[in-house]
Amino acid sequence: MKPYIANTVKDIKDMLQAIGVATIDDLFKDIQPQQRPSSFNLPEGQSEFEVIQFFREIADHNRTHLIPFIGGGFYDHYIPAPVFSLISRGELSTAYTPYQPECSQGTLQALYEYQSLMCALTGMEVSNASLYDGGTALYEATMMALRITKRKKVLMDGGVSPIYRKIIQSYTRNLNYEFIQTPVVHGHSDRDAIQKLIDEDTAAIILQNPNFFGTIDDHSDIVNMAHAKGVLVIQSVYPIALGLVKTPGEMGVDIVTGEGQSLGLPLNFGGPYLGFMTTKKKYVRKMPGRVVGKTVDQSARRCFVNTLQTREQHIRREKATSNICTNVALCAVQSSIFMSLLGKEGLKQLAQLNLDKAEYCRQLLEGIKGVEVKRSSPTFNEFTIRLPSDSNRICEEMIEEGFAPGIPLDRYYPDTANYMLVAVTEKRTRTEIEQYVSLLKHIIEKQK
Amino acid sequence: MELIFEKSVAGRRGYLLPKTDVPVSASIPEQFQRKRDCPFPEVTELDVVRHFTRLSHLNYSVDTHFYPLGSCTMKYNPKFTEQVAAMPQFCEVHPILPQLKNGELLTQGALFVLYEMDKLLSEITGMDAFTMQPLAGAHGELTGVMIMAAYHKAQKNKKKYIIVPDAAHGTNPATAAIAGYETISVKSNATGVIDIDQLKQCINDDVAGLMLTCPNTHGIFNMDIDKITKMVHDVDGLMYYDGANLNAILGRCRPGDIGFDIVHVNLHKTFATPHGGGGPGSGPVGVCEKLAPYLPISRICKRDNDTYFLNYDYPQSIGYIASFYGNFGIVLRAYAYILQLGKEGLMAISDHSVLNANYLREQLKKYYHLPYDRICMHECVFSAVEQAQRGVHAIDIAKFLIDHDLHPPTVYFPLTVKEALMIEPTESESKETLDLFVDKMIQADELSRSNPASFHDRPKTTCISRPDEVKAAREINTNYFAEEKPDD
Amino acid sequence: MEIIDYFLYSKEHEWVSLEDGIATIGISEYAQAALGDITFIELPSIDDEIDQFEQIASVESVKAASDIFSPMSGKIVDINGSLENDPGLINKSCYEKGWIIKIEISEKDEKSNLMTAEEYRNFLNSVR
Repeated sequence: MKPYIANTVKDIKDMLQAIGVATIDDLFKDIQPQQRPSSFNLPEGQSEFEVIQFFREIADHNRTHLIPFIGGGFYDHYIPAPVFSLISRGELSTAYTPYQPECSQGTLQALYEYQSLMCALTGMEVSNASLYDGGTALYEATMMALRITKRKKVLMDGGVSPIYRKIIQSYTRNLNYEFIQTPVVHGHSDRDAIQKLIDEDTAAIILQNPNFFGTIDDHSDIVNMAHAKGVLVIQSVYPIALGLVKTPGEMGVDIVTGEGQSLGLPLNFGGPYLGFMTTKKKYVRKMPGRVVGKTVDQSARRCFVNTLQTREQHIRREKATSNICTNVALCAVQSSIFMSLLGKEGLKQLAQLNLDKAEYCRQLLEGIKGVEVKRSSPTFNEFTIRLPSDSNRICEEMIEEGFAPGIPLDRYYPDTANYMLVAVTEKRTRTEIEQYVSLLKHIIEKQK
Repeated sequence: MELIFEKSVAGRRGYLLPKTDVPVSASIPEQFQRKRDCPFPEVTELDVVRHFTRLSHLNYSVDTHFYPLGSCTMKYNPKFTEQVAAMPQFCEVHPILPQLKNGELLTQGALFVLYEMDKLLSEITGMDAFTMQPLAGAHGELTGVMIMAAYHKAQKNKKKYIIVPDAAHGTNPATAAIAGYETISVKSNATGVIDIDQLKQCINDDVAGLMLTCPNTHGIFNMDIDKITKMVHDVDGLMYYDGANLNAILGRCRPGDIGFDIVHVNLHKTFATPHGGGGPGSGPVGVCEKLAPYLPISRICKRDNDTYFLNYDYPQSIGYIASFYGNFGIVLRAYAYILQLGKEGLMAISDHSVLNANYLREQLKKYYHLPYDRICMHECVFSAVEQAQRGVHAIDIAKFLIDHDLHPPTVYFPLTVKEALMIEPTESESKETLDLFVDKMIQADELSRSNPASFHDRPKTTCISRPDEVKAAREINTNYFAEEKPDD
Repeated sequence: MEIIDYFLYSKEHEWVSLEDGIATIGISEYAQAALGDITFIELPSIDDEIDQFEQIASVESVKAASDIFSPMSGKIVDINGSLENDPGLINKSCYEKGWIIKIEISEKDEKSNLMTAEEYRNFLNSVR
């Protein structure tokens, strides 16, 4: 017997007889001898127990005991227990895309609730049922804006995650579009530069709030500038910050995307994550990805279906709004469970805790001689500091002492060798923050 | 069923946050503050648990039902792989850690998994190098076509077209289009595979490549594949293998050996990771040696001292296609599955998925029109044209099956077959289950003769009857909170 | 299948009614039945100049999307705005209330590229 196969020797015999062939090999006759594998050199199978033991050993090669002060758009938040227990239910995890609505109402209603929660969070009118991750969601938003406006030029704020900017660059390299990066001044989008560059050939301006440096902005004025020229505004957001921070909806933004990992998903070494997208109702038909809509059944009972499918690849083929098929439905439901547990007050409190802890850390860091904390603009739970020497080296020493201290910025921005991006979530205790600061102080003093 | 929002009562809490332990209370300047509170529901933990548990009861799933959805490979998803993915040393690792100076030493376990999967998938498919970055099958297709474009650019080839058979998944033409190519659709011939004569007419120097699912969506392995490969390679076109149907040929044939240059693999199909109600998936892409320089960065490499590192030093790379290294949690599950099954186990998958499909084909062909009457691979496509003449369409048969506790096959796909019923039983199902399915399909056929009208109010056993999809599309409502206010 | 006698038809199942140099354009009974319940129509803008057989609109049902082509060249002088809120008008009354656009035709001779009702009836019989 082989794992997960039910057919017994007798079954195989009976089935082959029913088919009218002698052996299983006869079923593969269409594959001719010269097409057979030149090699299929794979290890022998193992028992479940042995495989689990193997992974226990491998897992220990990851050093996860480090106390993280590292973010960059991906954060270490606490995930309440019901999230995992509910998401592990096979009825949710082992279903497919809800093509048959009558026997998929569980997934469909959960996704409708997810869309509603994302609209509430971002202050927008419509949401899709998820995209892959925050970076690809921003790419999809860019393509959507190019489609809506039929223009060719896109402005990209320098405060947009450099990880996302590189993704968009890769995807558009062979297409006939022009991307112009606009500068960041004192942590904020440079209005003067944008005003000069934005024109009637511009399809969209891409912004991020809080931006990669952790700075909070109110982009309302940029929205006005853009709309005056028929330009769409895309904003990438950090969902937890929206518990307190002005929503893209309140600013008049046209398309919102973001990384939903912080809404109840583990860091997972980069995925699976949750790309989300919300927009204005007037753009719903230009939006990529699956959308769940409310309707009624034959007895006028409320129910939910995949709707507006004519936008999608399985109907429109080469004319589709995107090539996306599988999204991250389970991650979307996972985030819904998280948001439902959190509730209205919980969201605000979670955001406040992040804000307070980051502020405490920032204040303590200001007390270290040689550390410069950027104060020109408000931040949420992440901020930039300038160290007296190469942040990569300091980072390395902090790791030795059990802290993942932040992200040295020179990986992404030239001439920032001494800068580091520090994130403080609600999970960091006062003791951890104080230890972190005193360790950094010690390392800096030792270097002098 | 009530929506979670309709259970909300002001003052209830589902999760209590820790009290603050820092001696500061910060605030955001008013201009930057959110004005209206976010209307998340106010419910208890029990409310949430009961709500989502009850929602889950409204789904058919592999864990609860036979799910022979063609082209989706709804096989059993072993539970132990969930345990592996949930190990904190895997799921709590921050993806930026290995990018810090010497940070790769902190994540050797995770990098090892990615490196090993590259090697294993290369051996399984006969390719030379893989990237784990693509986050789903269609994302893999886009990555593959971008690699094609980069190759042709480097060769200074001026290419315009990608050829796609009419039986292909919609993702193929959609991908080609968003990557900047025009698609040429080639018809299937009477035997259910791409028409060679028509293909010949479409092949010219402007062809960048051909995207093929093999076996194709009719469940047929293309016996002309060697000819097709040669025709495409003769104009320096590239052969793209859509891995949706890889489940049929493990150990029997490798795309790399039969001339494919680029391959994507759907880990959520062939390698048994849960479909999740529509994702997360994972679509690693493999390439032959001459295309390896174009793979996305970063790539996972091994040093002489047996440590693994992120290598960005590929100047011809197409760049970054995802935020990090792919859907690591899914890759991890698939790796565990491959290790458990091993060589013999993987080969058995294809043997039994093909055996099961042929058994169904043989049992049902007396009752349903079989457009391509021949040995099939892991799936077969029937047509309900005869039943449709009696007023019972593929969709009606689907709803009849739902009423008998079976998930229906894929209906109305591929587009090449009218009233298509595309059945993929997978290797996980027992003969008893297949026999039960056959019984119900025969019953449906009988009923289409004796009482065709009885289909039209089906399904009757589910929580809802057929939804009004026209209303859903005309009166778009995708957001509960938009209901309170009229349209803008 | 209703076919209006004095209209002209295209192979893509659009109809034209000509009056004083203005062509009113819609889709035939056959086309609307093939599409099923129409859920959405994307209309062009007034004053757009179009060529014969150029795409002017697209219609969607739940499971299909289909482009509509102008049977004649000219300038769009009117669009049927009521379709935006009630695209089902095309199903209910494809030859009257469900008209799509009116154009001021620029090339009278193009009529010869179209079918008469009789020819269209034969055409339908041949494609079915």
